[in-house]
Amino acid sequence: MEKDDQYRLERLDRGIKVRTEGIYAISSWREMSYLLVPRLVLILGFLMLPLLMPSDYWQRVISIACVYALLSIGFDLLAHFVGLVSLGGAFFIGVGGYLAAILNTYMGLPPVLTIPIATLAGGLICTLLLVPCLPLRGVYFAIATLMYPLILMRVIEALNILGGTDGIVGVSSFPNPWIERYLIIIMLIVVLFSIRRLVNEDYGLVMRGVKDNDQAVKASGISIRSVKAVAVFITSLLGCFGGAYLAHIYMWSGLSQFALDFSIIPIAATVIGGGGTLVGPILGAFTLVPISEILREFGTLRIVIYCVILVVFIVFKSEGFMVYGERKYHQFQRWVKV
Amino acid sequence: MEIVVYGVINSLTLALMALGFTLVYGISRLPNFAHGALYIIAGFAVWMGLKILGLNYVVSVLLALVVMGVIGAAMYQGVLIRVRGMATSEIIASYAIGLAILEFLRWMGFKGMTYTLPGFKEGFVMILGVPVDMQRIFIIIIGALVFLLLWAFTHYTKIGLALRGMAQDERAAMMLGIDSDRMAVVAMALGSILAGVAAFVLLPLGNVTVEAGYNVLVLAIAVCIVGGLGSWVGALIASFLIGFLQILTWVYIASHFQIVVALLAILVTLILKPSGLFGRQKEFEERV
Repeated sequence: MEKDDQYRLERLDRGIKVRTEGIYAISSWREMSYLLVPRLVLILGFLMLPLLMPSDYWQRVISIACVYALLSIGFDLLAHFVGLVSLGGAFFIGVGGYLAAILNTYMGLPPVLTIPIATLAGGLICTLLLVPCLPLRGVYFAIATLMYPLILMRVIEALNILGGTDGIVGVSSFPNPWIERYLIIIMLIVVLFSIRRLVNEDYGLVMRGVKDNDQAVKASGISIRSVKAVAVFITSLLGCFGGAYLAHIYMWSGLSQFALDFSIIPIAATVIGGGGTLVGPILGAFTLVPISEILREFGTLRIVIYCVILVVFIVFKSEGFMVYGERKYHQFQRWVKV
Repeated sequence: MEIVVYGVINSLTLALMALGFTLVYGISRLPNFAHGALYIIAGFAVWMGLKILGLNYVVSVLLALVVMGVIGAAMYQGVLIRVRGMATSEIIASYAIGLAILEFLRWMGFKGMTYTLPGFKEGFVMILGVPVDMQRIFIIIIGALVFLLLWAFTHYTKIGLALRGMAQDERAAMMLGIDSDRMAVVAMALGSILAGVAAFVLLPLGNVTVEAGYNVLVLAIAVCIVGGLGSWVGALIASFLIGFLQILTWVYIASHFQIVVALLAILVTLILKPSGLFGRQKEFEERV
């Protein structure tokens, strides 16, 4: 090799990837398994998780990781498909949790009813409250969403309503632990694949248009605001479902549902998992939450560890491991002489 | 009368807290979400100087300010420079750094009454018939002094003029030979030093706690948003607005609602006019 020879890295799609994009996907077992295996591994893996976990404690950890994964999908959808960076994951969790707790303890509804009602009503409430902020961009939207959980928390604290600082206690639990475990996992799988479908439809194209060039979308006669509102509504549905679910498994709903954890972990999960892939955030959440459980005895040090991981990833490896994995799966690379 | 006197003092307090944040954003368009953490580190540094190293008050304050400058510059040079210009990453990275610092301090057992800074001087004086303690007098004096020094610095020194040039138009400044990265380091160091100044003046009024760090961040953001991100005059006026609003709620409603007032001020401003009262940003850049 001469000293002044220069090389560049060339990446090419694998032949099988190109073939499986069209009708030839069903031409052979090899092509079919190329498409199906990753998806099946994911689905079966999730369905097996509760069976593999050794103790009730770890079962609970998996359920909580699922809640964080739902939030992370929501964050990913908002940030990487619509271009709204939301720092207020805790807002959705808090609203959903409090609604479920109110419906359950004050009105005596069972979880079968409280969770759907809290999800829908919470989604509507969150969306309506966030609608005035939708025109905001970048930093401004992030700051506004950061303020929402703080305001609700301070208002509940100051007015001493809804149980004040103690929260609402005595929320009923799920009738059967297996329902508790599988409800959230099946929900997660359904949400993942339906949102993946959504962003690949025409509507997803419009969403990406809003992110990349909202003026062009506006010029095409599509209301940006309604697209953003729909995305926020989907995200709040996910968050409120998670909140309602948490209220029922903890049998309690309190101010800590507005805590920073629910805002920061989804962001960290999305960054390390790979933004814009929708699967990445789930894997991120399933990496971070167990780490956090292992580190529980260190108290708030675990938040420090998240933040350090987050900073390292965002500075040095901002693509995240899912994007990296997808590239390795779909493409090969070689050095070419310039 | 009490409302006026304490309103002015509270407003200056807010202005001091927000100064560093608005300076950094104004110059390098970098929302420094680690501002509250820097404030608490400064308080901790002064406390260390006083209690552990056993230094004189003035020496430990100066030492803490130098440390703050170094920390700010290192934060920019080490992390933020790599994500500069990507708004999302800037927010997430600086917020994560701030959280990491604050939660680390909390883990070290940083709460309650353990860590307090002594006041500069005991006693109180009467202003317009209202008794005001010496510490609050110092807030007024030092606050005014800092504003004057900063004004002189940005109008009469070469670095200060370069900073202002960058604040007005970064590309034009670069064409005139101003190294924008170096100036951003200077801005970040200056911002951290200002957070330190705010800390050593204000912290003797309370305890050095992690919650104070979060509150300072919220208040600083409130002042900057209401006044318009990056506008210094706006920040000063906004701090008076919010300061008086807070005192009024404290007197007429309840002290719990002070922080709610700040939070609501942020939201209302963002919704009605995101560039704030005196923002120089173009409307088009911040909302659709």
